Amino acid sequence: MIVAERKPIEEILGQVKQVRSVLVLGCNECVTVCEAGGKKEVGVLASALRMLFLQQGREVNVGERTLERQCDTEYLEEIRDMIDAFDAVVSLACGVGIQFTAERYPSKAVYPGVNTCFMGAALERGVWSERCQGCGSCILAATGAVCPITRCAKRLLNGPCGGSTAGKCEISKDVECAWQLIIDRLKALGRLEDYERLSPIKDWSTDRAGGPRKIIREDLRS
Amino acid sequence: MRLGYPSSIRIIRVPCTGKVDVLHILRCFERGADGVTVVGCREGDCHYQTGNFRAKKRVQQAQAILEQIGIGGTRVRMCNLSSSDAPLFVRFAQEMHAAIMDAGPNPVRTARMLQRASAGTTAALQQP
Ligand code: SF4
Ligand code: SF4
Repeated sequence: MIVAERKPIEEILGQVKQVRSVLVLGCNECVTVCEAGGKKEVGVLASALRMLFLQQGREVNVGERTLERQCDTEYLEEIRDMIDAFDAVVSLACGVGIQFTAERYPSKAVYPGVNTCFMGAALERGVWSERCQGCGSCILAATGAVCPITRCAKRLLNGPCGGSTAGKCEISKDVECAWQLIIDRLKALGRLEDYERLSPIKDWSTDRAGGPRKIIREDLRS
Repeated sequence: MRLGYPSSIRIIRVPCTGKVDVLHILRCFERGADGVTVVGCREGDCHYQTGNFRAKKRVQQAQAILEQIGIGGTRVRMCNLSSSDAPLFVRFAQEMHAAIMDAGPNPVRTARMLQRASAGTTAALQQP
């Protein structure tokens, strides 16, 4: 999932200090699962904003709505009828949803209510960890399904650096060395010979190095 | 035992404190409550195992939010007791009542009253 974190209320308040009405807009997908921008967080933020505005003596209409997704036009259309009642939107979706909402409603100020952090998984309740950087040409087949692009601080492709110590990365003793994980995994799979195989130079043009990316599938286009 | 506790306190029954969400607590303040006490079973005695531990975390989350929005985190408390311990309930109720008397009214309620009063004045001035 895309993992995001709630922004401090103070920062959000700074964004909406001029508005007379604001819609707090949540998303039912990733940000709901990571408890940063679902219906519940929408309710909490809207309630907090209402109480803050009241104390400031401001009459601000704070609306609440949570869409199935903010990264699909059909769901964003669901607020077409209500959007005129608001000056601004605080979107609790990931950066994609925030931008897509703004693109769909160009006359509205759209502000981020979360910091979008990474693509990751929940290790346990309340703990998320990054797993993929969307490099566009996946090499997990060679690395026993442990991603060195994401989990190695140096994005190394052919074994660990000299800083790998007792399974930990040299950047922090709390970070596992990705290459140690890869070696352990390949060993467990009886595939250590894969470790000996040199990885070719990676095509970084499919990563961010190639500029903003876009996928066009003619077989699906209407 | 028929023990008395401060009449300022309203009881809202929930199946388990694990049911209480941050949002429920915030809504109480939005509607003018001066304080909220979440009363759960003793730690380790939850019928659903972890309901009261979840409630404890949510009370902490609510405290942090109330602190950030100028209402004050001390207006929310969690206390734990056995359902048969009436004297302890009375003690918690009295302590909460005293803490709220110290803290004064919920600033949101005061602000709303001021807003209504000024709206009333404006309406009165606009009358022919
Ligand atoms: S190799 Fe690329 S696509 Fe595969 S998991 Fe790593 S970052 Fe993601
Ligand atoms: S210690 Fe391991 S994870 Fe850290 S930079 Fe070196 S190879 Fe990468």
